[in-house]
Amino acid sequence: MCDVLLEVQDLKKFFKTSKGMLHAVDGVSFTIERGKTLGIVGESGCGKTTTGRAILRLVEPTSGKIVFEGKDISKLRKREMRKQRQNMQLIFQDPFSSLDPRKTVSQLIREPIVVNKLIRDKRLIEARVKELMELVGMAERFYNSYPHELDGGRRQRIGIARALAINPKFIVCDEPVSALDVSIQAQILNLLKELQHKLKLTYIFITHDLSVVNYFADEIAVMYLGKLVEKAPTEEIFAHPIHPYTQALLSAIPNTDIDIKMERILIKGEVSSPVNLPDACRFAKRCNYTSEICEKKDPELREIFPQHFVACYCPHNHYCKNADGGIK
Amino acid sequence: MRLLERCANDAISTNSERNTGFEGENVLEVKDLRIRYETEDAVVYAVNGVNLTLKRQCTLGLVGETGAGKTTTVLSLLRLVPSPPGVIASGEIIVNGRNVMQMSSRELQQMRGNEIAMIFQDPMTSLNPVMRVGDQIAESIRKHEKVSKKESLERAKETLLKVGITADRANDYPHQFSGGMKQRVVIAIALACNPTILIADEPTTALDVTIQAQVLEMMKALKDEYKTATIMITHDLGIVAETCDEVAVMYAGRIVERGTLREVFKETKHPYTEGLFNSLPDINDRKSELRPIKGQTPDPMKTYPGCVFVERCPYAVDACFEGYPDEVQFSDTHYAACKGYNDKSFHIMRGG
Repeated sequence: MCDVLLEVQDLKKFFKTSKGMLHAVDGVSFTIERGKTLGIVGESGCGKTTTGRAILRLVEPTSGKIVFEGKDISKLRKREMRKQRQNMQLIFQDPFSSLDPRKTVSQLIREPIVVNKLIRDKRLIEARVKELMELVGMAERFYNSYPHELDGGRRQRIGIARALAINPKFIVCDEPVSALDVSIQAQILNLLKELQHKLKLTYIFITHDLSVVNYFADEIAVMYLGKLVEKAPTEEIFAHPIHPYTQALLSAIPNTDIDIKMERILIKGEVSSPVNLPDACRFAKRCNYTSEICEKKDPELREIFPQHFVACYCPHNHYCKNADGGIK
Repeated sequence: MRLLERCANDAISTNSERNTGFEGENVLEVKDLRIRYETEDAVVYAVNGVNLTLKRQCTLGLVGETGAGKTTTVLSLLRLVPSPPGVIASGEIIVNGRNVMQMSSRELQQMRGNEIAMIFQDPMTSLNPVMRVGDQIAESIRKHEKVSKKESLERAKETLLKVGITADRANDYPHQFSGGMKQRVVIAIALACNPTILIADEPTTALDVTIQAQVLEMMKALKDEYKTATIMITHDLGIVAETCDEVAVMYAGRIVERGTLREVFKETKHPYTEGLFNSLPDINDRKSELRPIKGQTPDPMKTYPGCVFVERCPYAVDACFEGYPDEVQFSDTHYAACKGYNDKSFHIMRGG
């Protein structure tokens, strides 16, 4: 029943800096089932992009296991990994800087096919490029256009076509719509959803926009300073956020319905530096419910309700009440 | 000659002492504003006949997508549209009862920052990196008011406190602040001279959501304290819903719908406004389907004989292709430019 495509165990990525170790990703674990979408949410610097890239080993993880279709890929050699990446692709945030400005649309889409030697016959490649363009909703008249002639939405479509060109099973979408206008954003989101259905794709969807993941993801993982602080199915997390950071994050979304007045939870201060972190809850300094234990030891992620994981001591029943009566 | 100049100068400074002496209800009126950028290759029609009024102490949300002409419109209020290539082809801009189009450069300098202040989108680039933030705030106070250096620095520290930064940080440089803090400094500079109009151009777009929430709350509180009228430029309808009293929706250099917040959000009339709402994931209902507006925004280098939205409009009829529609009035405050309403039975899906 449970068809796990990707399993990440205790993934860590540290960067050496002049001031000490920067903990970009610090012990992240999760699994994704085939055909599902995991949304990774968090603010700048929380490690969501590094997580996405470490899974594809575009940055080398410091430690941890990445199991893709039952195979540990974290120790694969370069050449084997390159082969493995035919199953795993990435869609970038900024369609303005991720495309070579000197290549035409057809050359851009052809590139991954040629590099991976998937098709050798020139005519077949051309047919495949046209097929991909149709798949992502690009009119054929753009075949010989250059990226600078196109708007953000169309450029992002090329980025998607490039990712799809080698028939991946799994795509990491790193803020794919953040640089786009709302009307175009909706077009791209619909396209990604349609493609997922058609090609049975599995996504990791990295974003800071909670209303987008709410629409898109089956499950949501909230990250804060390199750690997962909460993970649950989308509906559950929106209905019953437990971690104080998730609660604040959800209440900070500006609501377009002027008749719904949400009480906003403001959190004080800003994200602290991820360099040389003490063994304490990373959110403790900004949390409205901090108690002694939070400063002493970093809480572990534990399953509080079925499928609902939270890394918090829940010292105050106040917010646990939101979660249907709280915990024992 | 010199005497004359000084007299003029005095007259200006008394005029611009805190209150401009202007008592009218509308602090800003824009009539039939048309701006184009003339480059060697082509002419870009950025603003094509905008009418706007801003009431005292009111917050107006100017909503639209990239290239709709929002920023060009507000830059022209300060006469900051770069020329060349920018040409203000026609229009009247009345700020506190005076026509900006007829101001001398000296008068303009007195007005900028003093009567109208602006907050830019990116706090990283709008501060001087080699100047202490306290000095940057004090500078704008000294520019407009006759105060000593010491006094202006004191006032700068007070203003910093108002935006939630402790006074001892006045001696720090911008790079020592985070993004949210920098934006607070920018807001402090804008408010230091107590302007009647504050223009905020996407003030929180570059910030994280929790920081955005902090800054928006603060701006709301300060607006009440300083009694400024605000133009809030944004593409985020959620921010409009939370901060604005009135809304104007811009598309391709024109205002297609304007009205009070409730009118535009709940009794939407223009198909484009409806399209914007349909494109947004509904945070209150995750099963709701996204219905994006088809196609792309029109090419600003072309002029269109009919309605600019016609190519993307699901309700378009033949008449829409001929002549830009006049504004149809729905209430004292609510207008939309759509020919559909020539037919009495016409209505769009949203709001009925």
